Amino acid sequence: MSETRFRNLKNMPSTHLLGTGTPMCAGCGGLEALHEFYDVLGARSVFVNAAGCMTLLAAYPFTPFRGSWLYTAMASAPAGAQGVRDALDILKASGRMPAEDDLDVVVLTGDGAAYGMGLSATSGAIERGLDFIYLCYDNEGYGNTGQQYSGATPHGARTATSLGPQGYAGDKKPLFDIWVAHRPSYVATVIGAEPLDLARKVETAKRLKGPRLFIALSPCPTGWGYDPRETVQIGQLAVKTGVWPLKEYVDGRVTHTKVPRERLPVEEYLERQGRYAHLFAPQRDDVAIAAIQATVDAYWANVDRDEAHSPQSRRPR
Amino acid sequence: MSRQLLTGNGAAAWGARLAEVDYVPAFPITPQTEIIEALGGWIDRGEMAGRMVTLESEHSMITAAGAAAATGVRVFSATSSQGLLYGMEMLYTVAGWRAPFVLVNVSRGLASPITLEADHNDILAARDAGWLQIHCSTCQEVLDSVLMAYRLAEHPRVRLPAIVNLDGFHLSFTREPVEIPDAGQVRDFLPRFDAGNIRFRASVPESQAVAVLSGATYSYFRYETHLAALEALQAHDAIADEFADRFGRHHPAVDAYRCEDAEYAFVMIGSFATKARDAVDRLREAGWRIGLLRPRLLRPFPESAIRAALAGRRAVAVIDQNLSIGKGGILHAELASALYGVAGAPPILASFIGGLGGRDIAAEEFFEIARILRDAGDSGATPPPRLLFTIDELRETRKLQAIAQVERHELGEQP
Repeated sequence: MSETRFRNLKNMPSTHLLGTGTPMCAGCGGLEALHEFYDVLGARSVFVNAAGCMTLLAAYPFTPFRGSWLYTAMASAPAGAQGVRDALDILKASGRMPAEDDLDVVVLTGDGAAYGMGLSATSGAIERGLDFIYLCYDNEGYGNTGQQYSGATPHGARTATSLGPQGYAGDKKPLFDIWVAHRPSYVATVIGAEPLDLARKVETAKRLKGPRLFIALSPCPTGWGYDPRETVQIGQLAVKTGVWPLKEYVDGRVTHTKVPRERLPVEEYLERQGRYAHLFAPQRDDVAIAAIQATVDAYWANVDRDEAHSPQSRRPR
Repeated sequence: MSRQLLTGNGAAAWGARLAEVDYVPAFPITPQTEIIEALGGWIDRGEMAGRMVTLESEHSMITAAGAAAATGVRVFSATSSQGLLYGMEMLYTVAGWRAPFVLVNVSRGLASPITLEADHNDILAARDAGWLQIHCSTCQEVLDSVLMAYRLAEHPRVRLPAIVNLDGFHLSFTREPVEIPDAGQVRDFLPRFDAGNIRFRASVPESQAVAVLSGATYSYFRYETHLAALEALQAHDAIADEFADRFGRHHPAVDAYRCEDAEYAFVMIGSFATKARDAVDRLREAGWRIGLLRPRLLRPFPESAIRAALAGRRAVAVIDQNLSIGKGGILHAELASALYGVAGAPPILASFIGGLGGRDIAAEEFFEIARILRDAGDSGATPPPRLLFTIDELRETRKLQAIAQVERHELGEQP
């Protein structure tokens, strides 16, 4: 691992690139992550967007981006990135554009596009070795349309289309693993509540070429049912309970970048969100809570076993 | 210039090669594949500059094509039928980006039932998408139209993507003698794409295709796109004249064949129009005053040229190689809207549907249509729409059904 310029919070950019006054909801965890991401990435970039909450960031004639933007459609933002990247390469190679006018091409989508409709286009872009960055803000449901369940919705969560007593019956799709199986240059999970970890990962990705993909768990006050001021705290709890493992895939290896030593019980994360309220009232559903805890414990048991043998494990950062 | 036997697909590929396209996002589909195989082969062998990328779907292909055009390079792509429909969302989307490029569609009937041969329901489904549409009837016209389509699409007052349509099998796989113009001569007619402010550059940040939040803003951009498409009518005439000067072949927006003194006219698009042309020759020999009107440009719709060409005719038959289920022929409705209430418009505008899924339209059927036109002209009554289908075809279909019944019976299933 090369030297990071982000050793502590004092090293973080003190001015922000993304403008204020966007139409995102108060306390949007996705916007929090995007701010941090953009500060490190920089404005020499073009964001290729798919339909989702953040499509409304650029609403004619305003944009919070200092750099460029192209809205495509829900399913094909990675293909839009392919067209822009290829065209920039053609223009550079033929001397029609100076190299200093080049841009980082960034796909920006929610989980609805990333886990579902756009997965085929992402798979294609990775298999073609496209030189691009993908940022998925994952609020675990179709948030822009009122939080119906998506392929990213976790087991047990109540959504606008899983209102039964057990919440969502399925399990969150392992998108990190699906992306990693394609052997891209870089994959990472991040969260806005851990800005240093996020900044270091964007810094790493910027040094690489090829497909580089991020999933940012994005606490969503409106979709998850909590007060907007709790976004950071809920994000930190997602990490401390082990519900959202922070990890990265680089050079053929997955490494956990922030391992909670003493994992807090998952219920400390669950009980603060309206989407899990049915697990606690009118009476406590110990079986369901234990099942979620067991899934998290099983995940970390595997991590401990796999990374115990890795020379890079638990590296200090 | 050289003269070669080329398929319609080969002619389309030559058009893209001579246009010196920078970028070819592709996805294979029958009967289009020869186009992308030819281009891929030339690029791989270094005979043509440019980059080709195979996407994972037509939806992605059209997205990548539009995105590359929006970055400022010259883009070519090709598809057909189901592929055009799979990319339909993006056809509408990229037209609004106002980034010009050319897409060749090789027409093929749409599922269901799934089939391979040509009709025009695929391309006409894209009618309202905001693309310019040019319809070809010969292989030469395919090559020429690709070159003209770039001039039209990239015209500063137009800036819209264009589709050049040719019929699957009947043109795509049929070899005809085609004149391939010299590269230098083409370069004079079609210089390198001057993208102007269509670009993404670090030094000039640009937001493209952003959302709008009011009906008024939405209407503004939709009207702008519509008015730009209408600009292409005038632009087309000038480009067609210049093309004729440089290459000796004139491709007007509306091709009128033997219409000068005609009492009757067929109206058709695409390769089957050559069958109508042959029927016109034979009817003329038999003393008929009949002609053929073939709109090449369908979007923008050359209304005034069509009105002028049909003014004063006794009766006109629109032969649609498509079917709007529950309505009828799409071209017929377009013609009716252009002619209704116009002084001198033909009193009879009859509708015929034929050639679906590659079904032939026989010379005898054109003769029959001519007879129906004459009777209608005499009586003044518009005949009901006709779906062309013969007793023999019904008998052959019944035979297939009988075989299916016998086989089902053999397998012991209930009929």
